[in-house]
Amino acid sequence: MSDPRELYQQVILEHNKKPRNFGDLDTCTHQAHGLNPLCGDDITLKLVVEDGIVQDIRFQGHGCAISKASSSLMTVNVKGKPVADAQVLVDQFRAMIRGTLDTATDANVLGRLSLFQGVKDLPSRVKCAVLPWATLHSALEGVETVSTE
Amino acid sequence: MSTVTPLDVARVREDFPTLTTPFHGKPVIYLDSAVSNLVPTPVVARMAHYQSYEHTNVHRGVSTLSQEATDRFEEAREKVRAFINAPSTRQVIWTRGTTEAINLVAQTFGRQKVHAGDEILLSAMEHHANIVPWQLLAEERGATIKVIPMNDDGELLLDELDGLLTDRTRILAVTHVSNVMGTINPVKEIIRRAHAKGVPVLVDGAQSVPHLPVDVQDLDADFFVFSGHKLSGPTGIGVLYGRLELLEAMPPWQGGGSMILSVTWEKTTFIGLPGKFEAGTPAIAQAIGLGAAIDYVQALGLDNIAAHEHELLVYATERLRAIPGLRIIGNAKAKASVLSFVLDGIHPHDIGSILDHDGIVVRAGHHCAQPLMKRLGLPATTRASLSYFSTRADVDALVAGILKCQEIFQ
Repeated sequence: MSDPRELYQQVILEHNKKPRNFGDLDTCTHQAHGLNPLCGDDITLKLVVEDGIVQDIRFQGHGCAISKASSSLMTVNVKGKPVADAQVLVDQFRAMIRGTLDTATDANVLGRLSLFQGVKDLPSRVKCAVLPWATLHSALEGVETVSTE
Repeated sequence: MSTVTPLDVARVREDFPTLTTPFHGKPVIYLDSAVSNLVPTPVVARMAHYQSYEHTNVHRGVSTLSQEATDRFEEAREKVRAFINAPSTRQVIWTRGTTEAINLVAQTFGRQKVHAGDEILLSAMEHHANIVPWQLLAEERGATIKVIPMNDDGELLLDELDGLLTDRTRILAVTHVSNVMGTINPVKEIIRRAHAKGVPVLVDGAQSVPHLPVDVQDLDADFFVFSGHKLSGPTGIGVLYGRLELLEAMPPWQGGGSMILSVTWEKTTFIGLPGKFEAGTPAIAQAIGLGAAIDYVQALGLDNIAAHEHELLVYATERLRAIPGLRIIGNAKAKASVLSFVLDGIHPHDIGSILDHDGIVVRAGHHCAQPLMKRLGLPATTRASLSYFSTRADVDALVAGILKCQEIFQ
Protein backbone atom coordinates (compact mmCIF):
# COMPACT_ATOMS: atom_id res chain seq x y z
CA MET A 1 0.00 0.00 0.00
CA SER A 2 1.65 3.21 -1.13
CA ASP A 3 -0.82 5.44 0.68
CA PRO A 4 -3.32 4.70 3.45
CA ARG A 5 -5.95 6.50 1.38
CA GLU A 6 -5.92 3.54 -1.02
CA LEU A 7 -7.17 1.29 1.73
CA TYR A 8 -9.40 3.74 3.53
CA GLN A 9 -11.64 4.30 0.54
CA GLN A 10 -15.05 5.90 0.75
CA VAL A 11 -16.95 2.59 0.78
CA ILE A 12 -14.94 1.30 3.73
CA LEU A 13 -15.27 4.59 5.63
CA GLU A 14 -19.00 4.69 4.93
CA HIS A 15 -19.58 1.10 6.13
CA ASN A 16 -17.48 1.91 9.22
CA LYS A 17 -19.68 4.89 9.99
CA LYS A 18 -22.99 3.21 9.15
CA PRO A 19 -22.52 -0.53 9.39
CA ARG A 20 -25.28 -2.63 7.78
CA ASN A 21 -26.95 -5.48 9.64
CA PHE A 22 -25.52 -4.22 12.91
CA GLY A 23 -27.33 -5.42 16.03
CA ASP A 24 -28.76 -8.47 17.71
CA LEU A 25 -31.15 -11.22 16.55
CA ASP A 26 -33.76 -12.53 19.01
CA THR A 27 -33.55 -16.02 17.62
CA CYS A 28 -30.90 -17.57 15.47
CA THR A 29 -29.84 -20.96 14.17
CA HIS A 30 -26.09 -20.27 14.12
CA GLN A 31 -23.83 -17.97 16.08
CA ALA A 32 -20.18 -17.44 16.90
CA HIS A 33 -18.01 -15.07 18.87
CA GLY A 34 -14.80 -13.86 17.24
CA LEU A 35 -11.93 -12.38 19.23
CA ASN A 36 -8.63 -10.86 18.25
CA PRO A 37 -6.78 -10.98 21.59
CA LEU A 38 -3.86 -8.98 20.26
CA CYS A 39 -5.89 -5.82 19.72
CA GLY A 40 -9.15 -6.59 21.50
CA ASP A 41 -11.40 -6.63 18.43
CA ASP A 42 -14.56 -8.45 19.29
CA ILE A 43 -17.48 -9.56 17.10
CA THR A 44 -20.61 -11.58 17.80
CA LEU A 45 -22.29 -12.94 14.71
CA LYS A 46 -25.79 -14.45 14.56
CA LEU A 47 -27.48 -16.08 11.59
CA VAL A 48 -30.83 -17.53 10.69
CA VAL A 49 -30.31 -20.33 8.17
CA GLU A 50 -33.41 -21.97 6.68
CA ASP A 51 -33.48 -24.48 3.83
CA GLY A 52 -29.76 -23.93 3.28
CA ILE A 53 -30.22 -20.17 2.79
CA VAL A 54 -28.83 -17.41 5.02
CA GLN A 55 -32.17 -15.69 5.67
CA ASP A 56 -30.84 -13.20 8.19
CA ILE A 57 -27.49 -12.19 9.64
CA ARG A 58 -26.47 -9.57 12.22
CA PHE A 59 -23.23 -8.62 13.93
CA GLN A 60 -22.31 -6.72 17.08
CA GLY A 61 -19.06 -5.76 18.75
CA HIS A 62 -16.28 -3.29 18.40
CA GLY A 63 -13.23 -2.97 16.23
CA CYS A 64 -11.38 -0.75 13.82
CA ALA A 65 -12.72 0.59 10.53
CA ILE A 66 -11.25 -2.35 8.64
CA SER A 67 -12.92 -5.00 10.80
CA LYS A 68 -16.21 -3.11 11.04
CA ALA A 69 -16.44 -2.45 7.30
CA SER A 70 -15.37 -6.02 6.59
CA SER A 71 -18.15 -7.28 8.88
CA SER A 72 -20.73 -4.97 7.37
CA LEU A 73 -19.88 -5.80 3.76
CA MET A 74 -19.73 -9.48 4.62
CA THR A 75 -23.29 -9.48 5.96
CA VAL A 76 -24.53 -7.64 2.88
CA ASN A 77 -22.82 -10.19 0.65
CA VAL A 78 -24.06 -13.37 2.33
CA LYS A 79 -27.59 -12.35 3.29
CA GLY A 80 -30.10 -14.21 1.13
CA LYS A 81 -27.42 -16.48 -0.32
CA PRO A 82 -27.09 -20.27 -0.03
CA VAL A 83 -24.70 -21.41 2.68
CA ALA A 84 -22.53 -23.03 0.01
CA ASP A 85 -22.09 -19.64 -1.69
CA ALA A 86 -21.19 -18.05 1.65
CA GLN A 87 -18.50 -20.67 2.13
CA VAL A 88 -17.08 -19.86 -1.32
CA LEU A 89 -16.91 -16.19 -0.31
CA VAL A 90 -15.12 -17.13 2.92
CA ASP A 91 -12.53 -19.12 0.97
CA GLN A 92 -12.02 -16.48 -1.71
CA PHE A 93 -11.82 -13.60 0.80
CA ARG A 94 -9.17 -15.44 2.80
CA ALA A 95 -7.25 -16.29 -0.39
CA MET A 96 -7.33 -12.63 -1.44
CA ILE A 97 -5.95 -11.48 1.92
CA ARG A 98 -3.30 -14.22 1.85
CA GLY A 99 -2.30 -12.98 -1.59
CA THR A 100 -3.05 -16.28 -3.37
CA LEU A 101 -6.02 -14.81 -5.24
CA ASP A 102 -5.62 -11.62 -7.27
CA THR A 103 -9.06 -10.13 -7.86
CA ALA A 104 -7.81 -8.32 -10.96
CA THR A 105 -6.73 -11.46 -12.79
CA ASP A 106 -8.25 -14.53 -11.09
CA ALA A 107 -11.87 -15.63 -11.44
CA ASN A 108 -13.81 -14.74 -8.30
CA VAL A 109 -17.19 -13.73 -6.95
CA LEU A 110 -15.92 -11.18 -4.44
CA GLY A 111 -17.23 -8.07 -6.21
CA ARG A 112 -16.92 -5.05 -3.95
CA LEU A 113 -15.18 -7.14 -1.32
CA SER A 114 -12.08 -6.75 -3.47
CA LEU A 115 -11.75 -3.32 -1.82
CA PHE A 116 -9.97 -5.15 0.98
CA GLN A 117 -7.26 -6.50 -1.29
CA GLY A 118 -4.84 -3.76 -0.07
CA VAL A 119 -4.91 -5.28 3.41
CA LYS A 120 -2.60 -8.04 2.21
CA ASP A 121 0.22 -5.47 2.19
CA LEU A 122 -0.46 -4.58 5.84
CA PRO A 123 0.37 -7.74 7.80
CA SER A 124 -0.61 -6.10 11.08
CA ARG A 125 -4.15 -5.53 9.81
CA VAL A 126 -4.83 -8.86 8.12
CA LYS A 127 -6.50 -10.22 11.24
CA CYS A 128 -8.83 -7.20 11.41
CA ALA A 129 -10.18 -7.87 7.91
CA VAL A 130 -10.37 -11.64 8.33
CA LEU A 131 -11.96 -11.77 11.81
CA PRO A 132 -15.61 -11.50 10.63
CA TRP A 133 -15.01 -14.11 7.93
CA ALA A 134 -13.34 -16.51 10.36
CA THR A 135 -16.29 -15.94 12.68
CA LEU A 136 -18.78 -16.65 9.89
CA HIS A 137 -16.94 -19.84 9.01
CA SER A 138 -17.07 -20.94 12.65
CA ALA A 139 -20.75 -20.12 13.00
CA LEU A 140 -21.56 -22.20 9.93
CA GLU A 141 -19.37 -25.04 11.20
CA GLY A 142 -21.00 -24.91 14.63
CA VAL A 143 -17.94 -23.63 16.51
CA GLU A 144 -19.02 -20.93 18.96
CA THR A 145 -15.77 -19.10 19.76
CA VAL A 146 -12.98 -18.32 17.39
CA SER A 147 -9.74 -16.46 17.87
CA THR A 148 -7.53 -15.13 15.14
CA GLU A 149 -4.40 -15.76 17.20
CA MET B 1 18.66 18.41 44.60
CA SER B 2 21.08 18.30 41.74
CA THR B 3 20.96 20.99 39.07
CA VAL B 4 19.48 20.14 35.72
CA THR B 5 21.56 20.38 32.54
CA PRO B 6 19.69 20.33 29.21
CA LEU B 7 20.34 17.12 27.29
CA ASP B 8 22.25 17.40 24.02
CA VAL B 9 19.51 15.49 22.26
CA ALA B 10 21.04 15.80 18.78
CA ARG B 11 24.18 14.09 20.12
CA VAL B 12 22.16 11.47 22.01
CA ARG B 13 20.20 10.56 18.88
CA GLU B 14 23.42 9.60 17.12
CA ASP B 15 23.58 6.64 19.49
CA PHE B 16 20.36 5.21 18.03
CA PRO B 17 20.74 3.88 14.47
CA THR B 18 16.98 3.26 14.39
CA LEU B 19 16.51 7.04 14.52
CA THR B 20 19.20 7.94 12.00
CA THR B 21 18.66 5.22 9.38
CA PRO B 22 15.65 5.23 7.04
CA PHE B 23 13.38 2.22 7.48
CA HIS B 24 11.41 1.25 4.35
CA GLY B 25 12.60 4.55 2.92
CA LYS B 26 11.40 6.78 5.76
CA PRO B 27 12.92 8.14 8.95
CA VAL B 28 11.56 6.46 12.07
CA ILE B 29 9.78 8.65 14.61
CA TYR B 30 9.89 6.43 17.65
CA LEU B 31 7.15 7.28 20.14
CA ASP B 32 6.86 3.82 21.63
CA SER B 33 9.51 3.66 24.36
CA ALA B 34 6.89 2.44 26.85
CA VAL B 35 6.50 -0.78 24.86
CA SER B 36 10.26 -1.25 24.67
CA ASN B 37 12.91 1.39 24.49
CA LEU B 38 15.57 1.62 21.81
CA VAL B 39 19.03 0.39 22.76
CA PRO B 40 21.93 2.85 22.31
CA THR B 41 25.08 1.68 20.50
CA PRO B 42 27.32 1.76 23.63
CA VAL B 43 25.01 -0.82 25.24
CA VAL B 44 24.99 -2.98 22.12
CA ALA B 45 28.79 -2.66 21.92
CA ARG B 46 29.23 -3.69 25.55
CA MET B 47 27.17 -6.84 25.01
CA ALA B 48 28.96 -7.63 21.75
CA HIS B 49 32.32 -7.21 23.47
CA TYR B 50 31.30 -9.53 26.28
CA GLN B 51 29.93 -12.10 23.87
CA SER B 52 32.97 -11.89 21.56
CA TYR B 53 35.83 -11.76 24.08
CA GLU B 54 34.70 -12.47 27.63
CA HIS B 55 31.99 -15.08 27.46
CA THR B 56 31.78 -18.36 29.25
CA ASN B 57 29.44 -19.54 31.98
CA VAL B 58 29.40 -17.78 35.35
CA HIS B 59 29.83 -19.13 38.88
CA ARG B 60 31.43 -22.28 37.47
CA GLY B 61 34.93 -23.60 37.15
CA VAL B 62 38.32 -22.22 38.04
CA SER B 63 39.36 -20.72 34.71
CA THR B 64 40.36 -17.08 34.62
CA LEU B 65 37.88 -16.59 31.80
CA SER B 66 35.05 -17.91 33.97
CA GLN B 67 36.16 -15.81 36.93
CA GLU B 68 36.23 -12.65 34.86
CA ALA B 69 32.84 -13.38 33.25
CA THR B 70 31.50 -13.83 36.78
CA ASP B 71 33.07 -10.54 37.84
CA ARG B 72 31.47 -8.65 34.94
CA PHE B 73 28.11 -10.30 35.68
CA GLU B 74 28.31 -9.39 39.37
CA GLU B 75 29.47 -5.85 38.57
CA ALA B 76 26.22 -5.44 36.65
CA ARG B 77 24.34 -6.55 39.75
CA GLU B 78 26.17 -3.91 41.76
CA LYS B 79 25.17 -1.28 39.16
CA VAL B 80 21.52 -2.25 39.63
CA ARG B 81 21.93 -2.16 43.41
CA ALA B 82 23.29 1.37 43.30
CA PHE B 83 20.71 2.43 40.68
CA ILE B 84 17.76 1.62 42.96
CA ASN B 85 19.71 2.16 46.21
CA ALA B 86 19.18 -1.38 47.48
CA PRO B 87 21.10 -2.08 50.70
CA SER B 88 22.86 -5.15 49.29
CA THR B 89 23.45 -7.04 46.04
CA ARG B 90 22.05 -10.08 47.86
CA GLN B 91 18.68 -8.37 47.41
CA VAL B 92 19.03 -7.96 43.64
CA ILE B 93 17.72 -11.07 41.85
CA TRP B 94 18.01 -11.43 38.08
CA THR B 95 14.82 -12.46 36.31
CA ARG B 96 13.73 -12.54 32.68
CA GLY B 97 11.78 -9.35 33.24
CA THR B 98 9.08 -7.70 35.31
CA THR B 99 6.58 -10.44 34.52
CA GLU B 100 8.85 -13.21 35.74
CA ALA B 101 9.75 -11.23 38.86
CA ILE B 102 6.08 -10.86 39.82
CA ASN B 103 5.42 -14.54 39.13
CA LEU B 104 8.39 -15.42 41.32
CA VAL B 105 6.98 -13.41 44.23
CA ALA B 106 3.44 -14.72 43.72
CA GLN B 107 4.59 -18.34 43.65
CA THR B 108 7.00 -18.20 46.58
CA PHE B 109 6.06 -15.39 48.96
CA GLY B 110 2.45 -15.57 47.79
CA ARG B 111 2.12 -19.31 48.37
CA GLN B 112 3.65 -18.90 51.81
CA LYS B 113 1.32 -16.13 52.91
CA VAL B 114 -1.92 -16.38 50.96
CA HIS B 115 -4.52 -18.92 52.08
CA ALA B 116 -8.27 -19.52 51.71
CA GLY B 117 -10.27 -16.40 52.48
CA ASP B 118 -7.28 -14.06 52.27
CA GLU B 119 -7.16 -10.97 50.10
CA ILE B 120 -4.72 -9.63 47.51
CA LEU B 121 -5.01 -5.91 46.86
CA LEU B 122 -4.25 -4.52 43.38
CA SER B 123 -5.09 -1.23 41.67
CA ALA B 124 -7.44 -0.27 38.84
CA MET B 125 -4.54 0.55 36.53
CA GLU B 126 -2.45 -2.63 36.61
CA HIS B 127 -0.81 -4.24 33.60
CA HIS B 128 -1.82 -7.87 33.04
CA ALA B 129 1.62 -8.81 34.40
CA ASN B 130 0.54 -7.51 37.80
CA ILE B 131 -2.93 -9.09 37.63
CA VAL B 132 -2.71 -12.57 36.17
CA PRO B 133 0.01 -14.01 38.49
CA TRP B 134 -2.12 -12.92 41.47
CA GLN B 135 -5.29 -14.34 39.95
CA LEU B 136 -3.58 -17.69 39.43
CA LEU B 137 -2.49 -17.63 43.07
CA ALA B 138 -5.92 -16.52 44.30
CA GLU B 139 -7.59 -19.32 42.38
CA GLU B 140 -5.16 -21.89 43.71
CA ARG B 141 -5.61 -20.69 47.29
CA GLY B 142 -9.26 -19.68 47.35
CA ALA B 143 -8.27 -16.07 47.98
CA THR B 144 -9.94 -12.90 46.69
CA ILE B 145 -8.59 -10.07 44.54
CA LYS B 146 -9.59 -6.56 45.60
CA VAL B 147 -8.94 -3.40 43.62
CA ILE B 148 -8.09 0.19 44.62
CA PRO B 149 -10.37 2.31 42.40
CA MET B 150 -9.38 5.46 40.50
CA ASN B 151 -11.02 8.70 39.41
CA ASP B 152 -11.67 9.69 35.80
CA ASP B 153 -8.36 11.54 35.60
CA GLY B 154 -6.55 8.25 36.30
CA GLU B 155 -5.56 8.90 39.92
CA LEU B 156 -5.97 6.22 42.57
CA LEU B 157 -8.55 7.01 45.26
CA LEU B 158 -6.34 6.90 48.31
CA ASP B 159 -9.32 7.70 50.53
CA GLU B 160 -10.52 4.18 49.80
CA LEU B 161 -7.18 2.55 50.54
CA ASP B 162 -7.46 2.26 54.31
CA GLY B 163 -10.85 0.56 54.01
CA LEU B 164 -9.47 -1.92 51.47
CA LEU B 165 -6.54 -2.89 53.69
CA THR B 166 -8.16 -5.46 55.98
CA ASP B 167 -6.80 -8.03 58.39
CA ARG B 168 -7.09 -10.53 55.51
CA THR B 169 -4.91 -8.52 53.09
CA ARG B 170 -1.69 -10.48 52.54
CA ILE B 171 -0.06 -8.32 49.87
CA LEU B 172 -0.65 -5.11 47.95
CA ALA B 173 0.78 -5.00 44.42
CA VAL B 174 0.67 -1.68 42.61
CA THR B 175 2.26 -0.08 39.60
CA HIS B 176 4.56 2.89 40.14
CA VAL B 177 3.67 4.48 36.78
CA SER B 178 0.66 3.53 34.64
CA ASN B 179 1.75 2.15 31.28
CA VAL B 180 -1.46 3.48 29.72
CA MET B 181 -2.02 6.88 31.34
CA GLY B 182 1.41 7.80 32.66
CA THR B 183 0.03 8.39 36.15
CA ILE B 184 2.80 8.47 38.76
CA ASN B 185 1.23 6.79 41.76
CA PRO B 186 2.15 8.02 45.25
CA VAL B 187 3.68 4.66 46.11
CA LYS B 188 5.60 5.96 49.11
CA GLU B 189 2.35 7.06 50.74
CA ILE B 190 0.60 3.85 49.67
CA ILE B 191 3.40 1.79 51.24
CA ARG B 192 3.27 3.86 54.44
CA ARG B 193 -0.45 3.16 54.81
CA ALA B 194 -0.11 -0.53 53.93
CA HIS B 195 2.70 -0.97 56.43
CA ALA B 196 0.57 0.70 59.10
CA LYS B 197 -1.75 -2.30 58.64
CA GLY B 198 1.12 -4.77 58.41
CA VAL B 199 0.65 -5.38 54.66
CA PRO B 200 3.74 -5.84 52.44
CA VAL B 201 3.85 -4.03 49.09
CA LEU B 202 5.19 -5.01 45.68
CA VAL B 203 5.86 -2.06 43.35
CA ASP B 204 5.83 -2.69 39.59
CA GLY B 205 8.54 -0.32 38.40
CA ALA B 206 8.57 -1.36 34.72
CA GLN B 207 7.40 2.10 33.64
CA SER B 208 8.96 4.18 36.42
CA VAL B 209 12.68 3.39 36.23
CA PRO B 210 12.95 4.80 32.68
CA HIS B 211 11.53 8.15 33.83
CA LEU B 212 12.21 8.75 37.53
CA PRO B 213 15.06 8.21 39.97
CA VAL B 214 14.02 5.33 42.27
CA ASP B 215 15.20 4.69 45.81
CA VAL B 216 13.73 1.46 47.16
CA GLN B 217 14.78 2.27 50.72
CA ASP B 218 13.21 5.71 50.63
CA LEU B 219 10.01 4.16 49.21
CA ASP B 220 10.28 1.44 51.87
CA ALA B 221 9.15 -1.09 49.21
CA ASP B 222 9.05 -4.75 50.18
CA PHE B 223 9.45 -5.82 46.56
CA PHE B 224 10.37 -3.67 43.56
CA VAL B 225 10.48 -5.16 40.07
CA PHE B 226 11.46 -3.86 36.64
CA SER B 227 12.64 -4.87 33.16
CA GLY B 228 15.86 -4.05 31.36
CA HIS B 229 14.31 -3.37 27.98
CA LYS B 230 12.20 -0.39 29.05
CA LEU B 231 15.43 1.20 30.32
CA SER B 232 17.29 0.98 27.01
CA GLY B 233 18.74 -2.38 27.96
CA PRO B 234 18.13 -5.68 26.19
CA THR B 235 15.07 -7.93 26.50
CA GLY B 236 15.30 -11.11 28.54
CA ILE B 237 16.64 -9.48 31.70
CA GLY B 238 14.83 -7.94 34.65
CA VAL B 239 15.20 -7.42 38.35
CA LEU B 240 13.50 -8.42 41.55
CA TYR B 241 14.50 -6.40 44.57
CA GLY B 242 13.19 -7.67 47.91
CA ARG B 243 13.46 -6.89 51.57
CA LEU B 244 16.17 -9.13 52.99
CA GLU B 245 14.16 -10.95 55.65
CA LEU B 246 11.35 -11.69 53.16
CA LEU B 247 13.72 -13.05 50.49
CA GLU B 248 15.53 -15.17 53.07
CA ALA B 249 12.29 -16.69 54.33
CA MET B 250 10.97 -17.44 50.83
CA PRO B 251 11.48 -20.93 49.38
CA PRO B 252 13.39 -21.31 46.09
CA TRP B 253 11.26 -20.98 42.97
CA GLN B 254 12.87 -22.83 40.08
CA GLY B 255 15.30 -25.62 40.86
CA GLY B 256 18.43 -26.57 38.96
CA GLY B 257 22.11 -25.87 38.69
CA SER B 258 23.74 -22.84 40.36
CA MET B 259 21.21 -22.54 43.16
CA ILE B 260 22.28 -25.58 45.22
CA LEU B 261 24.72 -26.10 48.03
CA SER B 262 24.63 -29.88 47.78
CA VAL B 263 22.45 -32.48 46.11
CA THR B 264 21.93 -36.06 47.16
CA TRP B 265 19.10 -38.41 46.25
CA GLU B 266 17.71 -37.85 49.71
CA LYS B 267 18.01 -34.11 50.14
CA THR B 268 19.11 -30.92 48.39
CA THR B 269 20.25 -27.83 50.21
CA PHE B 270 20.32 -24.40 48.62
CA ILE B 271 22.76 -21.54 48.51
CA GLY B 272 21.86 -18.16 49.95
CA LEU B 273 20.78 -14.98 48.23
CA PRO B 274 20.70 -14.04 45.46
CA GLY B 275 21.66 -17.40 43.90
CA LYS B 276 18.81 -19.24 45.60
CA PHE B 277 16.43 -17.71 43.04
CA GLU B 278 18.70 -18.05 40.02
CA ALA B 279 18.55 -21.62 38.78
CA GLY B 280 20.34 -22.47 35.57
CA THR B 281 22.62 -20.42 33.35
CA PRO B 282 21.51 -16.80 33.59
CA ALA B 283 21.17 -14.22 30.83
CA ILE B 284 24.78 -13.08 31.24
CA ALA B 285 25.21 -10.77 28.26
CA GLN B 286 21.80 -9.26 28.98
CA ALA B 287 22.68 -8.58 32.62
CA ILE B 288 25.91 -6.90 31.53
CA GLY B 289 23.89 -5.01 28.90
CA LEU B 290 21.48 -3.79 31.57
CA GLY B 291 24.47 -2.63 33.60
CA ALA B 292 25.70 -0.70 30.54
CA ALA B 293 22.23 0.79 30.03
CA ILE B 294 22.28 2.03 33.63
CA ASP B 295 25.71 3.58 32.98
CA TYR B 296 24.29 5.22 29.86
CA VAL B 297 21.23 6.83 31.47
CA GLN B 298 23.23 7.82 34.54
CA ALA B 299 25.79 9.56 32.34
CA LEU B 300 22.92 11.55 30.80
CA GLY B 301 21.64 12.20 34.31
CA LEU B 302 18.33 10.86 35.63
CA ASP B 303 17.24 14.35 36.69
CA ASN B 304 18.17 15.73 33.26
CA ILE B 305 16.16 12.96 31.59
CA ALA B 306 13.16 13.63 33.83
CA ALA B 307 13.32 17.36 33.11
CA HIS B 308 13.60 16.85 29.34
CA GLU B 309 10.74 14.37 29.24
CA HIS B 310 8.54 16.56 31.43
CA GLU B 311 9.09 19.60 29.21
CA LEU B 312 8.17 17.50 26.15
CA LEU B 313 5.14 16.03 27.91
CA VAL B 314 3.84 19.52 28.64
CA TYR B 315 4.42 20.54 25.02
CA ALA B 316 2.79 17.37 23.62
CA THR B 317 -0.18 17.69 25.98
CA GLU B 318 -0.78 21.29 24.86
CA ARG B 319 -0.52 20.42 21.17
CA LEU B 320 -2.78 17.36 21.43
CA ARG B 321 -5.37 19.19 23.53
CA ALA B 322 -5.68 21.77 20.77
CA ILE B 323 -6.89 19.14 18.28
CA PRO B 324 -10.71 19.12 18.05
CA GLY B 325 -12.18 15.66 18.64
CA LEU B 326 -9.11 14.42 20.53
CA ARG B 327 -9.37 13.37 24.16
CA ILE B 328 -6.33 12.63 26.31
CA ILE B 329 -6.84 9.57 28.51
CA GLY B 330 -5.23 10.10 31.89
CA ASN B 331 -4.93 13.61 33.28
CA ALA B 332 -3.28 12.90 36.61
CA LYS B 333 -1.48 15.80 38.24
CA ALA B 334 1.69 13.69 38.46
CA LYS B 335 2.45 12.12 35.09
CA ALA B 336 5.38 10.51 33.34
CA SER B 337 5.86 11.08 29.60
CA VAL B 338 3.23 8.59 28.44
CA LEU B 339 0.29 10.04 26.50
CA SER B 340 -2.79 8.01 25.61
CA PHE B 341 -5.55 9.50 23.52
CA VAL B 342 -8.67 8.69 21.55
CA LEU B 343 -10.11 10.44 18.50
CA ASP B 344 -13.84 10.79 17.82
CA GLY B 345 -14.96 8.27 15.22
CA ILE B 346 -11.52 6.79 14.50
CA HIS B 347 -10.41 3.53 16.04
CA PRO B 348 -6.87 3.45 17.49
CA HIS B 349 -5.81 0.65 15.12
CA ASP B 350 -6.69 2.80 12.14
CA ILE B 351 -4.75 5.69 13.69
CA GLY B 352 -1.80 3.37 14.30
CA SER B 353 -1.78 2.19 10.68
CA ILE B 354 -2.00 5.68 9.22
CA LEU B 355 0.74 6.98 11.53
CA ASP B 356 2.86 3.94 10.69
CA HIS B 357 2.68 4.88 7.04
CA ASP B 358 4.52 8.08 7.94
CA GLY B 359 7.10 6.21 10.01
CA ILE B 360 5.53 7.22 13.33
CA VAL B 361 5.70 4.30 15.76
CA VAL B 362 3.03 4.34 18.50
CA ARG B 363 1.10 1.65 20.34
CA ALA B 364 -2.57 1.15 19.54
CA GLY B 365 -4.61 -1.30 21.54
CA HIS B 366 -5.51 -2.30 25.07
CA HIS B 367 -1.89 -2.07 26.30
CA CYS B 368 -2.18 -5.35 28.26
CA ALA B 369 -4.51 -3.55 30.67
CA GLN B 370 -7.99 -4.79 29.77
CA PRO B 371 -9.54 -4.19 33.23
CA LEU B 372 -8.36 -0.57 33.04
CA MET B 373 -9.78 -0.24 29.52
CA LYS B 374 -13.12 -1.52 30.84
CA ARG B 375 -12.99 1.05 33.66
CA LEU B 376 -12.33 3.76 31.09
CA GLY B 377 -15.13 2.45 28.88
CA LEU B 378 -12.77 2.14 25.92
CA PRO B 379 -11.77 -0.86 23.82
CA ALA B 380 -8.39 0.69 23.05
CA THR B 381 -6.35 3.87 22.97
CA THR B 382 -3.45 5.19 20.93
CA ARG B 383 -0.39 5.77 23.08
CA ALA B 384 2.64 7.93 22.38
CA SER B 385 5.48 7.56 24.86
CA LEU B 386 8.32 10.06 24.97
CA SER B 387 11.89 9.21 25.87
CA TYR B 388 15.08 11.15 26.49
CA PHE B 389 15.88 11.14 22.76
CA SER B 390 12.44 12.46 21.77
CA THR B 391 12.09 15.97 20.36
CA ARG B 392 9.49 18.62 19.70
CA ALA B 393 9.81 17.71 16.02
CA ASP B 394 8.64 14.16 16.91
CA VAL B 395 5.60 15.64 18.65
CA ASP B 396 4.92 17.91 15.66
CA ALA B 397 5.06 14.88 13.34
CA LEU B 398 2.58 13.09 15.60
CA VAL B 399 0.21 16.06 15.48
CA ALA B 400 0.47 16.22 11.67
CA GLY B 401 -0.22 12.46 11.52
CA ILE B 402 -3.31 12.82 13.70
CA LEU B 403 -4.62 15.62 11.49
CA LYS B 404 -4.08 13.36 8.48
CA CYS B 405 -6.15 10.62 10.15
CA GLN B 406 -8.95 13.12 10.68
CA GLU B 407 -8.71 14.27 7.07
CA ILE B 408 -8.97 10.69 5.78
CA PHE B 409 -11.87 9.85 8.08
CA GLN B 410 -13.73 13.17 7.75
